[in-house]
Amino acid sequence: MRASRAFITGLGVVAPTGVGTTEHWENSLRGASGIAALPEPGGGGHPAPVRTAGQVSGFDADAFVDSRLAVQTDRGTWMALAAARLALDDARLTPDQEFPFDLSVVTAAGSGGNAFGQREIQALWSQGPRKVSAYQSIGWFYAASTGQISIRHQLKGACGVLVSDGAGGIDALAQAHRLIRRRTGAVLVGGTEAPLSPYALVCQSDQYGISRDPDPCTAYRPFGGAGFVPGEGGAMLMVESEERVRRRGLRVYAEIRSTAATHDGWDPAEPPPDGTQFTRAVREALRRADCTPDDIDVVFADGAGTAVGDRQEADMIRAVFGGRPVPVTVPKTMTGRLCSGGASLDLAWAALALTHRVIPPSVNLDPAAEYADLDLVLSPREAPELHTALVVARGTGGFNAAAVLRGPAGAGTDTG
Amino acid sequence: MRRTVVTGVGVMAPGGTGREQFWARIVDGKPAIRRIQAFDPSPYRSQIAAECDFDPAAHGLTAREVRRMDRFVQLAVAAADEALADSGLDLAAADTDTDRIGVTLGSAVGATIRLEDEYVVASNHGADWHVDRRHVLPFMYQSLVPSSAAAELAARYRVHGPAAVVSTGCTSGIDSLGHALTVIEEGSADVMIAGASDAPISPITVTCFDAIRATTNRNDEPEQASRPFDADRAGFVLGEGSAVLLLEEYEHARARGAEIYCEITGYAARANGFHMTGLRPDGFELSEAILHAMDGSRLVPEDLGYISAHGSGTRQNDRHETAAYKRVLGETAYRVPISSIKSVVGHSLGAIGSIEMAACALVIQRGTVPPTANLTTRDPECDLDYTPLEARDADVRHALSVGSGFGGFQSAMVFSGLGEAA
Repeated sequence: MRASRAFITGLGVVAPTGVGTTEHWENSLRGASGIAALPEPGGGGHPAPVRTAGQVSGFDADAFVDSRLAVQTDRGTWMALAAARLALDDARLTPDQEFPFDLSVVTAAGSGGNAFGQREIQALWSQGPRKVSAYQSIGWFYAASTGQISIRHQLKGACGVLVSDGAGGIDALAQAHRLIRRRTGAVLVGGTEAPLSPYALVCQSDQYGISRDPDPCTAYRPFGGAGFVPGEGGAMLMVESEERVRRRGLRVYAEIRSTAATHDGWDPAEPPPDGTQFTRAVREALRRADCTPDDIDVVFADGAGTAVGDRQEADMIRAVFGGRPVPVTVPKTMTGRLCSGGASLDLAWAALALTHRVIPPSVNLDPAAEYADLDLVLSPREAPELHTALVVARGTGGFNAAAVLRGPAGAGTDTG
Repeated sequence: MRRTVVTGVGVMAPGGTGREQFWARIVDGKPAIRRIQAFDPSPYRSQIAAECDFDPAAHGLTAREVRRMDRFVQLAVAAADEALADSGLDLAAADTDTDRIGVTLGSAVGATIRLEDEYVVASNHGADWHVDRRHVLPFMYQSLVPSSAAAELAARYRVHGPAAVVSTGCTSGIDSLGHALTVIEEGSADVMIAGASDAPISPITVTCFDAIRATTNRNDEPEQASRPFDADRAGFVLGEGSAVLLLEEYEHARARGAEIYCEITGYAARANGFHMTGLRPDGFELSEAILHAMDGSRLVPEDLGYISAHGSGTRQNDRHETAAYKRVLGETAYRVPISSIKSVVGHSLGAIGSIEMAACALVIQRGTVPPTANLTTRDPECDLDYTPLEARDADVRHALSVGSGFGGFQSAMVFSGLGEAA
């Protein structure tokens, strides 16, 4: 695996913490949460399916998507197109000056083009088949973002779409790394989710642990609260081969040292009894990175926000790191859980942390006594020796994934 | 390099459930296409489809599972059960390491039937934009995010290797197997339960293809409606179904004495970067995928004994892929038997790629090439040997299958008889 190394060379963030890397990072360090109350459903007088969510309030889709494309695509794809543009620009990569088969895009998908799909199903049933958009076949489906990004930027290598709920961002990163090993030069990888349309919220409302708390400050508090909130947005990352990094003289955010994935293989409607497979994914990622637990300087936690999920994650950390108080952060407390966008955004956070040697905080936490042994990072923490980050993610249904990133100094290129 | 072989095949296809009924049907070339029975199709332009007569209870699904799973998951479970039984792999055996068994499932549209059905009820037939959560079924999150299908399979078999759904539209079925192949090659698993499933025969999906006239409107003669490469074709016929293959690292399969259908000797995917639904007539990107898939097994054109075509029965597809074959294979393109089983089982979107790979495994094992049904008047632009109407005996050592789909995805995979890798 060492033979072909892969580096993160660009970031594109469209998240409740901001649009663009600068805004996102500054807000993250201020602890400025993007979780806010959702509008009450109008009309029917029935209860809101979900009360609060992470929202990308400042997203101007028109700045990234022209009107002809906008009518063919859902908000989730607008965000993906925007994040892709930002990541390409950040990496100073101009696809039209490249060999198109050397470039790929891989996205993690989750719930698809929700608002688009709901609108067209509504049109079909209330007004008839002739009122359905000619773009329904390409607007709603899970491959919409990958397809549109591939076409727009002429990325004609092996393109992909993986769905593994909240673990998808790391699985997609793993796929990007595989493609680099197989001689693709550069892969745009990540995910964005737009699950806040009415029907999508209804479909999320029966999830184990979803919060009914109307207060954005208390609705999602991993390691001491009682629930999580959903959110929209995510990130795209530019991943390039070592050869390209050297040739283009790029600064890098981080090297992808390893990824690993496991599945709980438990009852699909129930959380698993323990975190055995979660722990195995982490240990496998460390092994593949040639790391010991002592090499890990920060853990970007999954932060399930449920009693079972939090306990299993704490158990995983204790099992892997023993008594060592490794810093643990859950910056997604500022965004909510973004399904397919979540792990991609965590990877972006980790890449920024490694570059700036600062750990972004977890906000609104009120840790329970049983988690007193965890070194939870509650305010931005300068970490001059921050070289290696572990990012973990779990998805509903039993998906576990882990990634190890190494910062620019430790990454072994002289371009940092 | 770790080699990957096929040791189990399970198929739920229109015209008869189970691998053997599927094989008999495609060899017969008898189309399993009819007026849609799942709902009243009269308001729609295309009113026919290739439907599965699928009884979940007969395939061992409990009432609780049926309540929890969309139809595409039910079909996948039935196909996976058959593949595992066929493989002889004993999941409960002490020396079976379930940490080393993973799952990939392809699907283009996931749980659209359930998502649509529940919305229609909860919105009072589309009257309400804000719907009341008290009027939808439980477990709707599992329909909202299709990774639930991979989770169901992992949970059913209590396996703990990497699991994911692959959703690259109509190439999902090939790309899912390709993903599993990569996972085995890199050593992340020894066994992958890999396949694809789609159950798209629902009003919204029928409508979305009506809206762009991609599906045929030959409603009066369903059995003659799917006509790949025929001059009188009028679009594709929607289908449903699932195929799951048990993929296994070669030494692992040998060590347990498994019967081996064939080896996966090549896979490649490319994107056309052209149009979400349109195809360039020169088939360039598809030909690149084919070329690289053949490179994986160092094949020359003469090695190919069969091509399972994408053959959807749209004019642009049939010409696009014909051009791609000519570009890669040169004069040999005229001598390789090609066929499209979509003429029999329809186009089940993300599922069909795995169903066609299942067919390729059986072609290699059984030495018969299934025909393209309904090919009576060849499109003059499509002048290759598409195996019209009648199956043929052929000793096929290497079979190529291709897929092409919305989003610009182009994929190709090669199956080879064991020991035939160059």
